[in-house]
Amino acid sequence: MATATAPATDTHHDAHDPHATNTGISNNKLAMWLFLSTECLLFGALISTYLIYKTRGNGEVLPTDLFDIPFTSVSSFVLLMSSLTMVLALSAFGRNDLDRGKAWLLVTAMLGAVFMGGQAYEFTAFYEEGLGYTTNPAASAFYTLTGFHGAHVSIGIIMLMSLWVAANQGKLTGKNSETVEIVGLYWHFVDLVWIFIFTVIYLIPPE
Amino acid sequence: MAIIEEPLALTSGEQHAERPLGVLTRPQANGSWKDWVSTVDHKKIGIMYGVAAMFFFLLGGLEALLIRTQLAFPESGFLSADVYNQIFTMHGVTMIFLFVMPFAAAFANYLIPLQIGARDVAFPRLNALSFWVWLSGAIFLNTSWIVGGGGADCGWFCYSPNSGITFSPTNGVDFYAIGLLITGIASLVSAVNLAVTCLNMRAPGMSLFRMPVLTWMLLVTQFLLAFALPVITVALLLLLFDRQFDSQFFDPEAGADPLLWQHLFWIFGHPEVYIIILPSFGIISEVIPAFSRKPIFGYSFMVFSGIAIGFMGWGVWAHHMFVSGIGPISVFAFSMATMFIAVPTGVKILNWLATMWGGKLHFSTAMLFAVGTVTMFTIGGLSGVTHSLAPADTQQTDTYYIVAHFHYVIFGGGVLGLFAGVYFWWPKVFGHLLNERRGKIHFWTMLIGFNLTFGPMHVLGLQGMSRRINTYSSGFGFEFWNLVATIGSYILGASVLYFLWNVYKSKKEAPNLPAPGPDPWDARSLEWSIPSPTPEHNFDEIPVVESQDDWWFRKYNIEDDGSVVRISSAEDAAQKGDAVGVHLPSPSFWPLVLAIGLPLIGYGVIFNLWLCVVGGLLTGGAIYAWVLEPVDDPDADGHGHDDHHDGDDPDGELATVGAAGDDTEGEG
Repeated sequence: MATATAPATDTHHDAHDPHATNTGISNNKLAMWLFLSTECLLFGALISTYLIYKTRGNGEVLPTDLFDIPFTSVSSFVLLMSSLTMVLALSAFGRNDLDRGKAWLLVTAMLGAVFMGGQAYEFTAFYEEGLGYTTNPAASAFYTLTGFHGAHVSIGIIMLMSLWVAANQGKLTGKNSETVEIVGLYWHFVDLVWIFIFTVIYLIPPE
Repeated sequence: MAIIEEPLALTSGEQHAERPLGVLTRPQANGSWKDWVSTVDHKKIGIMYGVAAMFFFLLGGLEALLIRTQLAFPESGFLSADVYNQIFTMHGVTMIFLFVMPFAAAFANYLIPLQIGARDVAFPRLNALSFWVWLSGAIFLNTSWIVGGGGADCGWFCYSPNSGITFSPTNGVDFYAIGLLITGIASLVSAVNLAVTCLNMRAPGMSLFRMPVLTWMLLVTQFLLAFALPVITVALLLLLFDRQFDSQFFDPEAGADPLLWQHLFWIFGHPEVYIIILPSFGIISEVIPAFSRKPIFGYSFMVFSGIAIGFMGWGVWAHHMFVSGIGPISVFAFSMATMFIAVPTGVKILNWLATMWGGKLHFSTAMLFAVGTVTMFTIGGLSGVTHSLAPADTQQTDTYYIVAHFHYVIFGGGVLGLFAGVYFWWPKVFGHLLNERRGKIHFWTMLIGFNLTFGPMHVLGLQGMSRRINTYSSGFGFEFWNLVATIGSYILGASVLYFLWNVYKSKKEAPNLPAPGPDPWDARSLEWSIPSPTPEHNFDEIPVVESQDDWWFRKYNIEDDGSVVRISSAEDAAQKGDAVGVHLPSPSFWPLVLAIGLPLIGYGVIFNLWLCVVGGLLTGGAIYAWVLEPVDDPDADGHGHDDHHDGDDPDGELATVGAAGDDTEGEG
C-alpha cells in the first residue's frame, strides 16, 4: 500500500484512462465497493434487530410460526440463479456480444422480479394469517428487514432495466462493460445478503 | 488526471445530451450566482460548507445562550420546561450535525485535493450533491420550529421511550429523524467520495505514508462516517416507523426493548465523537509543525494512533450506558476498552508536545488556537478517563460533570482546532490574512469564556446538579457557579461575534496590505506550493512528490552536518497559477435539484404522502438527468470560462426521457 505507483501519464492533463488511479481500481468501482461495505452495517443493524426481537410479543402470532421453508427456498434459489445470469451478462458485454448481454440482463431482472413476486406473496399470506406490520416487535422487525432487502432488489431491477435500455440505444457497449460490472457488484451483494437472511432468519429455528 | 468522473453509459462525446430533461440548460461559468449553485469545484463547495456551518454555529450558539440565561438564576421562568427541552435538544443537534461536522467537511473538501496534489475530488458532482443534500436536511430540521409544532425535545440522543408519540406528541422528533437521515445521506456520499479521493487521486510519488497528517486523519474520519452512519440510519428509520406507521420497535408494553435504541445510537454515537475530533487533530498536526519550525514528531506514530483510535472507537460505545443495566461483564469490558483508547490519544498529545519541544515557537493566532486545543482537549480527556471507571461514572451520569466533559472535548478539542485551521488556511482560501492582533483577542476571549462556561460545570456536576432539567432550586449551592457559567457563555458568544468582526475588517483592510504570497507561514504541505487564493485549476502541473513534506524540501536542504540551508524562496519555488487550458469538470444543476427532492419526501412522510410522490419524482428525475448529462460539457473548454453561453432557453420543450442510463452514481 505504502508504495503506490504513480501513473505514468499523470503530469499531463490528458490522462483519460480511468484506470490511471493509485490503487489500479477505477474510482467508480472503488466507490461501489465502499458503498457496499457501508451497506453491510445497514443490514447488520437490521438483522441484529430482528434476532433480538424474533420471539418478542404478547402471545400474538410470530413470523417464525409462519415460515414456509420450501416456498422461500424456491424463491431464494431463483435469486441465486440471477447472480449466475448477471455474471453471464457481464461476460457477454466483456466479449462485446451485445445481443447476449442484453438478453442476460433481461433474464437477471426477470429473476429478480420473480423473487419480488415471491416476497409479495409471502407478505400477503402472512398478513392474512394475522401477522400485520404492527402486530408485535417480531413482526415489525421481520417486515422491516425483508422489506429493506426487497427495496434493494427493486432498485437493482431498475438499474438492470436502465442498463438494458441504454444497451438498446447503443449507449452501452463492450467498451463500458465496467458499468455492467459495477451494477453486478451491487446485485451480487444483494443476493449475498439474502443468503445470510435466509440462513439466519428462516433456517435456524427459534430456541 | 483532470477527468475525474467517467461518463457512465455514454460511449463517446458525439451523443451528448445537452439538456437531458429539456428543463435546465447546462450551466456555464460566467461569474453569477449560478456559478455557486451549479459548481462542482471542491474549493467553492468547501467555502459554502464553511459559510453555512458558521450560520448554524450562530444559531446553535443562540440556543446555548438561551439555555444559560434560563439557568443563570434558580427557579427562573425565562423558558418553560417544554421550550427548554426543545432548545437544549436542538442546540446539541445543531452544534454536532450542522456545525462541527460540516465545518470539518469544509476543511476536508478544500484541503484533501490540495494536500494530495489533485485537481478535484474523485466525484465532483457527488461532492456538490453532498453539500446541497446536507443543506436541505439542515434547513428541513430547523423548519420544525415553524411547521412541526416546535423542535425535537428528546435530547440529541433521543432515547426511547421519550422519543415516542406518547411523550413527544409534536412532530419535532419526526423532523429530527428525517432531518438527520437526509444529512446522513450527505455525509455518506461525501465519505465515499473523499475516501476514494484519498485512495485513488494522489499525485505521483504521494504514497499513503507521505500524505500529510491532516489528510490521514480526514481519511480515517471518512471511514468512520461510512461505517457509523448506516447504524444511525437504521435507528432513525425504526424510530420514524414507530411514530409514523405504528411499528413496535421501542414500545416496552408490546415486548420491545428501549435499550435497542441506546445500543444502535451509541454504536454510531461513539465513533461520531472521533468523527468530530479527528479532523481537529489533523489540523493542529499541520499548524504546530509550521509554527515550531520542525517536522511533526513521530509521523508514523501520529498516523497509526489515528488509525488505532478509528478502530478502537467501535469498541467503547456502551460506556455511555453503564447505568442502563447491561451487566457486569459488559461494564467491565467497556471500562477496559475505554481506558485503552486513551493510549493512542495520549500518544498524539505527547507527539504534539515533542514537536514543540526545542522548536522555534512562533505564537501566531493559529498556533495559539492549536496549543489551546491540546491543553483543553487534555482536560477533557482526563475527565473522560474518569468515566471509564464504572463506579465513578455511576455517580456522574446525567450530571453537569458529563456536560463539562464533552464540551471540553468537543469545543475545547474540536472547535478550537477548527478555528486554528481557519486562521491558518484563511490566506490560502481568500488571498488575505486575518488580522493577527484581533485574532489573538478573539483567541483569549474565547478561551476565557469557554473555561468560565464549562469549568464550573465540573463542580456543579460533582455537587449533583442534573443535566437536562430546566431549573434548580436555591439552597443547594448551585447558584454561584451557574451564574459564572452564564457570564462565561456570554463572553464566549461575544468572542464569536468578534471573530466575525475580524473577518469583516480583515477583508476591508486587505487591499491596503501586502498580499500574503503562496506560503505565508513557511509551511510544509503541497497546498502552499500554489498561489493564494488557490487558482481554479489548483495545480499548473501535478507535482511529483519525492518525500514527506515535499514542499518544505523544495525550499530547504539539510546539509551533511545537519544544518538547514534555504535553497529557494517560496515565491520562486511555488507554481505560478497561470496554466491555461486545464480541463476541469463542468458545472451541473442536478445535484441541487436532487437535494430539493429529499426534504419534499420528508414533509410528505409527515404531512401528506402525495408530497412524497412529488419529491420522489424530482429526485428520481434528477438522478436520470444527472446520469445522462456528460461529465464534461463538450461545449466548454479551458476553465469553463466560456462565453458562448446560450442562457435559459424559454422555448426549451420538455424532451421525452428518451434514454436511460444506470444510476450507480445516484446509489453511491
